Amino acid sequence: MAEVSLKVNGKVENHEVGENTLLVDFIRETVGLTGTHVGCDTSQCGACVVHVDGVSVKACTMLAMQAEGSEVTTIEGIGSSEKLHPMQEAFHENHGLQCGFCTPGMVMSAIELVSKNKSPSEAEIRDGLEGNICRCTGYHNIVKSVQAGAEKMGG
Amino acid sequence: MSEGIGASVKRKEDKKFLTGKGKYTDDINRPGQVYAHFVRSDVAHANIKSINTKAASQAAGVVAVYIGEDVAADGIGGPICGWVVPNRDGSATHEPPHPLLAQGKVRFVGDAIAVVIAESVEQAKSASELVEVDYEELPAVANLETASSGAEIHEGMKENRYFDWELGDEAATDKALQSAAKVVKLSVRNNRLIPNAMEPRSALAEYDDLGGSYTLHTTSQNPHLARLILAAFMFQIPESKLRVIAPDVGGGFGSKIYVYIEEAVCIWSSKKINRPVKWTADRTQSFLTDAHGRDHINNVQLALDESNKIIGLRVDTVCNLGSYLSAFAVAVPTYLHGTLLSGLYDIPTIYTNVKGMATTTAPVDAYRGAGRPEATYLLERTMDAAAREVGMDQAEFRRLNFIPKDAFPYQTAVALQYDTGDYEPNLDKAMEMIDYKSFEARRSEASKRGKYRGIGVSSYIEACGLAPSAVAGALGGRVGGWESASVRVDPTGTVTVFSGAHSHGQGHATTFSQIVSERLGIPNANVEFVHGDSDKTPFGMGTYGSRSLAVGGVALSKALDKVVEKSKKIAAHLMEASAEDVEFKDGKFTVAGTDKETAFGDVALAAYVPHNYPLETLEPGLEETAFYDPMNFTYPAGTHIAEVEVDPATGVVEIVDWAACDDFGNLINPMIVEGQVHGGIAQGIGQALLENAHYDENGQLLTASYMDYCMPRADDLPSFKVECTNTPCTHNDLGVKGCGEAGAIASPPALINAIINALSPLGVSDMSMPATPETVWRAIQNAQARAAE
Repeated sequence: MAEVSLKVNGKVENHEVGENTLLVDFIRETVGLTGTHVGCDTSQCGACVVHVDGVSVKACTMLAMQAEGSEVTTIEGIGSSEKLHPMQEAFHENHGLQCGFCTPGMVMSAIELVSKNKSPSEAEIRDGLEGNICRCTGYHNIVKSVQAGAEKMGG
Repeated sequence: MSEGIGASVKRKEDKKFLTGKGKYTDDINRPGQVYAHFVRSDVAHANIKSINTKAASQAAGVVAVYIGEDVAADGIGGPICGWVVPNRDGSATHEPPHPLLAQGKVRFVGDAIAVVIAESVEQAKSASELVEVDYEELPAVANLETASSGAEIHEGMKENRYFDWELGDEAATDKALQSAAKVVKLSVRNNRLIPNAMEPRSALAEYDDLGGSYTLHTTSQNPHLARLILAAFMFQIPESKLRVIAPDVGGGFGSKIYVYIEEAVCIWSSKKINRPVKWTADRTQSFLTDAHGRDHINNVQLALDESNKIIGLRVDTVCNLGSYLSAFAVAVPTYLHGTLLSGLYDIPTIYTNVKGMATTTAPVDAYRGAGRPEATYLLERTMDAAAREVGMDQAEFRRLNFIPKDAFPYQTAVALQYDTGDYEPNLDKAMEMIDYKSFEARRSEASKRGKYRGIGVSSYIEACGLAPSAVAGALGGRVGGWESASVRVDPTGTVTVFSGAHSHGQGHATTFSQIVSERLGIPNANVEFVHGDSDKTPFGMGTYGSRSLAVGGVALSKALDKVVEKSKKIAAHLMEASAEDVEFKDGKFTVAGTDKETAFGDVALAAYVPHNYPLETLEPGLEETAFYDPMNFTYPAGTHIAEVEVDPATGVVEIVDWAACDDFGNLINPMIVEGQVHGGIAQGIGQALLENAHYDENGQLLTASYMDYCMPRADDLPSFKVECTNTPCTHNDLGVKGCGEAGAIASPPALINAIINALSPLGVSDMSMPATPETVWRAIQNAQARAAE
């Protein structure tokens, strides 16, 4: 066990963690934020994407200890039910989600994608979301959502 | 009104999912909970000589270790079979037992042998490594083609065959084949798929020793059905002592219909150790143990007369049902497949034989479409081959053989009666959407770039709204096919709907609210939707087979009828009029020929504050329940057209356009319908191009991770053009048919036909699924080698 201190959604979290505790388990089990999901065991599905110091990371590929001193943002930290993030709004308005399980990771990946490319083309969006699997939507409306989200974010 | 039927209302359920506040089973924790991990067979077929759990039992954090003998000692039964069929010789389907934990034998890689329960997941997993299993290995039976001569999997089950079923008139069909001007023969393989809902299966069971009752949170598409099976058949406890809650569920696609052994083991062990027990699959376990889908070999013979009209169809099918019979495994290749073989074509005689085989692989059951994709694939591939052989355009050959629109109701040669349909408008519209008539110009243009361009048509029909109970019962089903809904009107006129259906992505909270809004004239925001909890909702059959709206939505409509009927009586009393004279529209009750009017909210208040109320003839309160059993299946139909470009150097297929025109009857929410179609097409494209569950000859699943099983990703797919036509269903109040499975049913043959069409100039006339670059490249090489000979 080791001490880890980091910020999650702006709040300082000091905890004892196992040396092999994954960041995603730390977020879900220790911090208790269950919006970050686990959909696979090979870092392929992207359901666990969070931002670590502004960069999107699959939280199952990182140890909690590696995030020492970092600022972690999860789906719970980007907007609220009263005021959604523009990308969350865009997913709602364009029916970019069905079962909702891949959605948090998809939204976090989309926000990072748009932060790097303010007005991505359809091909760039499809390429940029290659690391996030959705089984429900066929991606059609996710692509539309990200385009709309990019516009809302000022692209 | 704008929030009612037919409006693309944005979904009510979105916000919680978008903000991370969804509550899936694995997000729920109970005080004192412990974690289960299963020791699974790593060989496909073996007798178990011994199991040593001593070291595991003594490992850090371990609370208990159980094996099959412990389950057997408590008399707990395994999952049951929900549907059986008679064999051709009159005998019954062979139903071998499926123990919760192996009883002396394992039958597939992933078969559960023991469960280790510990204070943490890590401790349970670590201790599982210490369980020693001594196997006497038996030959694996991994190949469907040779399964009948393989080692015996279940004691006393001959030739590893669960059933040998037939439907239709064999003599008449063989006569048609003999007298035909042309017989088109085709053998197709429907590749095995793994459903891969993004949320892995999970269960959290808790025992209450005061009440002697259990609560199970689980990833289920049908919590009531799960409760019935678990309580009545597996545990033999009073059904009322088990509460099953399926909270937010992250996709199902069929794989979460069934009761799995893990849920039962969690329930059983929660009482034994008197602590909540949680289990969540990792993705590897999902690949190994979720019920797989498809896996058919179909031999097709289509008889044509001189005018290219179909005069008969014979289909001989062998299907792989895996190591144990899953709940609806028998129904999928028989009554959801054999009965659909007429497609949307006028075929005078059809015969089909289906042999359901056991192999030492994971159980196979329903996956999005369930039987209907297999029927559509073999039929639409054959229609395409036939059009080529007789030299007709693929669309016009289909048009020639469509059931004409004035022929409904149409009795098929394979038991179903289609109530309504009009197939040419779908075909015409899809052709227009993709600019079919200009295709050859696009093919020429592509060829200048060194690409082979092709276009493929698939016209499909499906039987949805499962199922009329009497029909299901007569055909071997052991459950009813109705659905339930309750409508509770509050004193202030707000409404809560309690549905027996279950939403796991379909958006029921939105669409069911729209129905209420339309019928009662109240804002959508005033309607709450409750589902997924056996303690809260009326007994319901759940969600699968595109049934939620066509059966559950109609149940809601019937419950609303009752609410309106009673409301009219209350309104009549308040307005001092006769109930027959009261009209209800847009939330207002009026009396014909007068200016009297009362609002729905006033009637609701009167029902609960009955100071001025006809208590002598009417109960207070305003809450109604309806159970609706459909008269017939519904028959969505349509045409999908795919356009592709193939790079002959690499075999890579690019989907350059997709047009879908579907007839789902009336639509409640077109936005949600389109989303369902998109998702279905994506799964169908996955089957046709990317996905394949591959077992090696030793019965090892080689595709047990996302590194090896190729899921469709955003950059594998195009955007889709989706439109609808509408011939309303004639036998339900909403005129709806269901839309959840259509995309997955229609799309694989459209895509494969397009690839064959693209490569036909090279002499390619067949293509197997998935059409990976290697498969396509080899087909091109083989065709060129043949041409060179």
